[in-house]
Amino acid sequence: MTQVPPSPSHGPVLAIRGLRTEFRSGRNWYPAVRGLDLTLNRNETLAVVGESGSGKSVTALSILRLLPEGGARIAAGNIELDGKDLLTLSERDMDRVRGDRIGMVFQEPMTALNPTMRIGDQVEEALRIHRGLDRAAARREALALLEEVKLPSAAQRMHEYPHQFSGGMRQRVVIAMALACRPQVLLADEPTTALDVTIQAQVLSLLDELKRTYGMSMMIITHNLGVVALIADRVAVMYAGQVVEEAPVRSLFAMPRHPYTEALLRATPRVDEDAGTLAPIPGQVPSIRAMPPGCAYAPRCPLRRPPCETEVPPLQADGDRLLRCWVRNNERIAA
Amino acid sequence: MIRFVIRRVLLALPTLLAMLTVVFLLARVVPGDPAQVVLGDQATPEALAALRDRLGLDRPLSAQYIDFLGGVLQGDFGTSLTTGRSVVTEVAAVLPYTIDLTLSALFVGVLFGMPLGILAAVRRNAWPDYATRVLSLVGLSFPAFVSGILMLLAFAIQLQWFPVIGAAALDDPAGRIHALVLPALNLGLIMTAYVTRVTRSSMLGVLNADFMRTARAKGVSRRALVWRHALPNALIPVVTVVGLYLGTLIGNSVLTEIVFSRPGLGKLILNAISMRDYTLLQGIMVIFAACVIVANTLTDLVYGLIDPRVKY
Ligand SMILES: Nc1ncnc2c1ncn2[C@@H]1O[C@H](COP(=O)(O)OP(=O)(O)OP(=O)(O)O)[C@@H](O)[C@H]1O
Ligand SMILES: [Mg+2]
Repeated sequence: MTQVPPSPSHGPVLAIRGLRTEFRSGRNWYPAVRGLDLTLNRNETLAVVGESGSGKSVTALSILRLLPEGGARIAAGNIELDGKDLLTLSERDMDRVRGDRIGMVFQEPMTALNPTMRIGDQVEEALRIHRGLDRAAARREALALLEEVKLPSAAQRMHEYPHQFSGGMRQRVVIAMALACRPQVLLADEPTTALDVTIQAQVLSLLDELKRTYGMSMMIITHNLGVVALIADRVAVMYAGQVVEEAPVRSLFAMPRHPYTEALLRATPRVDEDAGTLAPIPGQVPSIRAMPPGCAYAPRCPLRRPPCETEVPPLQADGDRLLRCWVRNNERIAA
Repeated sequence: MIRFVIRRVLLALPTLLAMLTVVFLLARVVPGDPAQVVLGDQATPEALAALRDRLGLDRPLSAQYIDFLGGVLQGDFGTSLTTGRSVVTEVAAVLPYTIDLTLSALFVGVLFGMPLGILAAVRRNAWPDYATRVLSLVGLSFPAFVSGILMLLAFAIQLQWFPVIGAAALDDPAGRIHALVLPALNLGLIMTAYVTRVTRSSMLGVLNADFMRTARAKGVSRRALVWRHALPNALIPVVTVVGLYLGTLIGNSVLTEIVFSRPGLGKLILNAISMRDYTLLQGIMVIFAACVIVANTLTDLVYGLIDPRVKY
């Protein structure tokens, strides 16, 4: 068994470098994530945003190595948790990381729970696997967790089945499951998308609160910039399997630099503006089987110049942020 | 739970009544004179009249229907036209053999089919999957009488491990089981193929379900994923299909009974048809249909036990 060393108090808790995740179609492999660099610091909430199909879920599934078997592979890169590369772990050692050191909350609470298992049993499971608790101890702990995620009358309801729960309540259960072993890192893949608006806010503030009490690091995937503004410390904007801009949340909202980030912000409804000013982004995210040769955003970009369409721009530091854009980076150098 | 059982049984009653009505009408819509059909072309007018009188055919249809229902309610299906014994006696004498055969074939099917189906699904597109798929295809497409005859040749005639006549007296349990082995395997082969297929496809669906990924994200081991998370969910459709098939299995036992010279409903039907014993035929049809209804009701009960979403 490979023991991951105890966490040093400095440096990122999770560091992804050069991640390339591919899917097979026929005889060919196509990258959904293309050389992704991303770090998650201790006690930090990192939001990953981007349109549908930009590779956010694939990134999260790559971290836990939960990609569909056979049709998917991680072709390059490394994913370090406390300095230990998860991609080199055996499947058994990986099982020790899943649910114990990294917890995950999925997008669809309606299908994320096992319909034939009682809620309590599903929450207990991780405790019994990783903590080796006996039935009674695991039950007590599960009850405490369900109360912590504010499941009403948890003591009775833990004996019920998922179909007896609403979407919002199920998502609370999923969160309790993910937090059972007090993971260092919580991955939340659009945890509120499937819920209605009032429930969304409740679940988000719950996540934020729990993250603070446990001293966790959280990576929250969303295409809702309202969510980002509410709870994130830092934002990574993904497009076509790459990070195109990464910045502290204030700077990003105050001054988006990448033309895609700008477009994304313009396309998002805000409380202080009426819907009339919304500008949907024309065109769509390229398919993983038809990636443009240069900057992936170039075909939709109003600032497009000749080099954009032929060469992939590098991710470069720009003040407090990282930016992947020929035009903006050259502006800065020229200035 | 008790209420669920009672409700389910009550729900089966209209089905039973409908079935009785259909059986009754079927026997009445035979073109021409039923007495003529029974006795054949050579029958004398006196014999025809006597039979008509005995069967109550001269009376109005509604009166016959009420008589028929009343008889069934009292467990009286009339007397066999050929043996003169009551239909109930005739059926009761052979029913245990058919039940033996059907249940043991079901047992064989579940015993081999479920593990094979699980194995095929878990090792999808690897050799265990291909092997079970080919085997189940063979099992489903191989006629039961051919496999039965082959088995008889090999194990009863060549090796002499089992008797050629596939039945023993009802009060001889050891002999009964010994004689049952070949017929049960023969019929069970089809059932195995069938259960394997259903289990495999059901399991494949469940293995790809969202909640399986949630379980993996908790660090659940491969083994626990299959047994604790996937199997209970995969069993739900398997139970339904197996239950539905139980009815057909009773029908399918006919061929096997004939090949292995076993007494049973199959042979009884064959006799009733060839002797044009139409009261006997009518009684067998009722009992057959009742068996199917009982099997389906049992299935619903089991289904309710394993699927928490079914409300009692
Ligand atoms: N199982 C799969 N097989 C083939 N391609 C896949 C698979 N899963 C994802 N992809 C492809 O990978 C790309 C990124 O998908 P991903 O699910 O990560 O997007 P996302 O950013 O999470 O989008 P959304 O906001 O809709 O969840 C898409 O082009 C998608 O078609
Ligand atoms: Mg997604």
